[in-house]
Amino acid sequence: MSLPEFLKDLFESWPLLGSIPLWLYSLACILGLLFLFLFPFAGIAVYLERKIAGDIQARIGPNVVGPYGILQWIADALKLLLKEDIIPAAADKKLFILSPMLIFLGGAAAYAVIPFAENVILANLNIGIFYLIAVTSMVALGLILGGWASNNKWSLLGGMRAAAQIVSFEIPVALCILTAVLVTGTLDMTQIIKNQSPYSWNIFHNPFMFIAACVYYIAALAEANRTPFDIPEADSELVSGYNTEYSGMRFAIFFLIEYAECFVICAVATTLFLGGWYLPFIDISGLALGLRIPIEAMVFMTKAVCLLFVMMWIRWTLPRYRVDQLMKLCWEVLVPFSFACLLGTAFWMALFKGKGIPELIYSLLGWGS
Amino acid sequence: MMFAVDLRHYLVLSAILFVLGIIGILSRKNSVGILMGIELVMNSAGINFVAFSKYVAADLSGQIFALFIFVIAASEVVIALAIILRIYQNKTTVDIEDIKDLKC
Amino acid sequence: MTAQDVFFYIFALITLVPAFVCVFHPNILYAGLSLFGSFFGVAGIYVLLGADFIAATQVLIYVGGILVLILFAVMLSKNIYGAKFQDEKKKKILPGLLGLILLGFLVKFILTTPWNMTLTDEAPLPTVSRLGDLLLTDYLLPFELASILLLAALIGAIILARSK
Repeated sequence: MSLPEFLKDLFESWPLLGSIPLWLYSLACILGLLFLFLFPFAGIAVYLERKIAGDIQARIGPNVVGPYGILQWIADALKLLLKEDIIPAAADKKLFILSPMLIFLGGAAAYAVIPFAENVILANLNIGIFYLIAVTSMVALGLILGGWASNNKWSLLGGMRAAAQIVSFEIPVALCILTAVLVTGTLDMTQIIKNQSPYSWNIFHNPFMFIAACVYYIAALAEANRTPFDIPEADSELVSGYNTEYSGMRFAIFFLIEYAECFVICAVATTLFLGGWYLPFIDISGLALGLRIPIEAMVFMTKAVCLLFVMMWIRWTLPRYRVDQLMKLCWEVLVPFSFACLLGTAFWMALFKGKGIPELIYSLLGWGS
Repeated sequence: MMFAVDLRHYLVLSAILFVLGIIGILSRKNSVGILMGIELVMNSAGINFVAFSKYVAADLSGQIFALFIFVIAASEVVIALAIILRIYQNKTTVDIEDIKDLKC
Repeated sequence: MTAQDVFFYIFALITLVPAFVCVFHPNILYAGLSLFGSFFGVAGIYVLLGADFIAATQVLIYVGGILVLILFAVMLSKNIYGAKFQDEKKKKILPGLLGLILLGFLVKFILTTPWNMTLTDEAPLPTVSRLGDLLLTDYLLPFELASILLLAALIGAIILARSK
């Protein structure tokens, strides 16, 4: 059940809320997700990133606005909102305006199929994960357009690099997602989680799934243009890449979607490999639904935020790759590895009749499942 | 009923798309533009297949053919763009009227 | 008109207007970009026809792959700020007339053919597993051939694009 349907069921017997049609619930859910989750989350992620960067580089980081500088992201957002919105005179104005919109569309549409908890998913599509791959691929188009429309050689180079990088790294990402889909046998995000259990996460299903999870994480890092793969916006070579000419609100959108995409990657990794909302070894399916949903959402968010933390950790630890090294990594390392994982998992599924290592161990110990 | 949508509406839509693609193929001088026309034609074929799959055959064979169209479109575009870039490297033009020799 | 009919006309507009721009716009980059709307409209049409998987594949392959490649080729292969970037307008008249005649014939045939539309019951929505079954049973040979085609295209593109 998706979130709007769930809310409608929940408020069915209430005097006023019960008479609201379903599409209004959907609209409210979309707006709520955008304004109550996406924007604040991206802001807090920026704050976290700056704090972690400070820690790693032995500085303090933001510490003025609010206790421990925790309100810094509100100040940042206000500053970006109030800044003058400059469109360069030589830029292609229509495309310059269109590009952030496309990027926002691609980045935000992915949130429709992220399963935060049971019933807390905006649209329960039966091709969920495939839809997610499809809409995130639209971001490449926005980047290449933004780079071209700025009419600046650094921007154009950055946009071209971004498009080439995203198109290439989509292949290992999709193959690793396919490996996980092979294990679970469904494309539906909720079903993918439900086919796992507190005792058997997909990542422990077989050795190949473990490799696939690692390959997915690395390739997805590159797809989101994060360091060490941020050659499209490499500041030492390209000033700031495709967003060099952007300022104010439009720049804020580029910034926001970068963090939104990072969260999507972590959420997908959590869903596909890390058992989604299941706690390790603790079965809470006996609890009432009203109690279960907050716990599940918290577990899901904890896993995703841990992965996000690793992402930031990597960013402030590793130096940047070169362009040729990056493409070499994609085509000569990640793609072969992901193909090997796909084949290996297929053989494993045929050999052990779909049972994973945890289930095999449990059946050896005679525990049943 | 003129406006109630059935098979014919989908077919007319795909026919218009097909004709637009043909006009693009015939009128463009830029070879990338011709490629865009071909993409429109392929899309119209896809609409036809899926519409027939729903209204006439009532099974999924039409959708399978739409999938094969994607495969063919992808491989065609990759090869065509590689050829175009190669020609551009040798002759610094992609206008088909300037490409008269078989050998670059 | 039901809601589905309204959506059909909206998606038809989203498909046809950008396709029109794509064919007649003098600037090749704008022409390529307008394909974005066209591909999206076709994906919407697929959703209306109950082919959700095909619609997602359309967005993935056309918007995320083919369109990006086309834009890449436009930007790499043209002096985009030069005068030759624009196509002439004169050349459109004869192909346009030919196209109109072709369209007339096509529409006439579509409207006069007695289509066998007795089987209008809608295909149930989870199409993915049935598509997969069909691909590995009835359509196994075309499926394998398609994979060979893709491999050949991959190798061919690499050989063509490699600098000597």
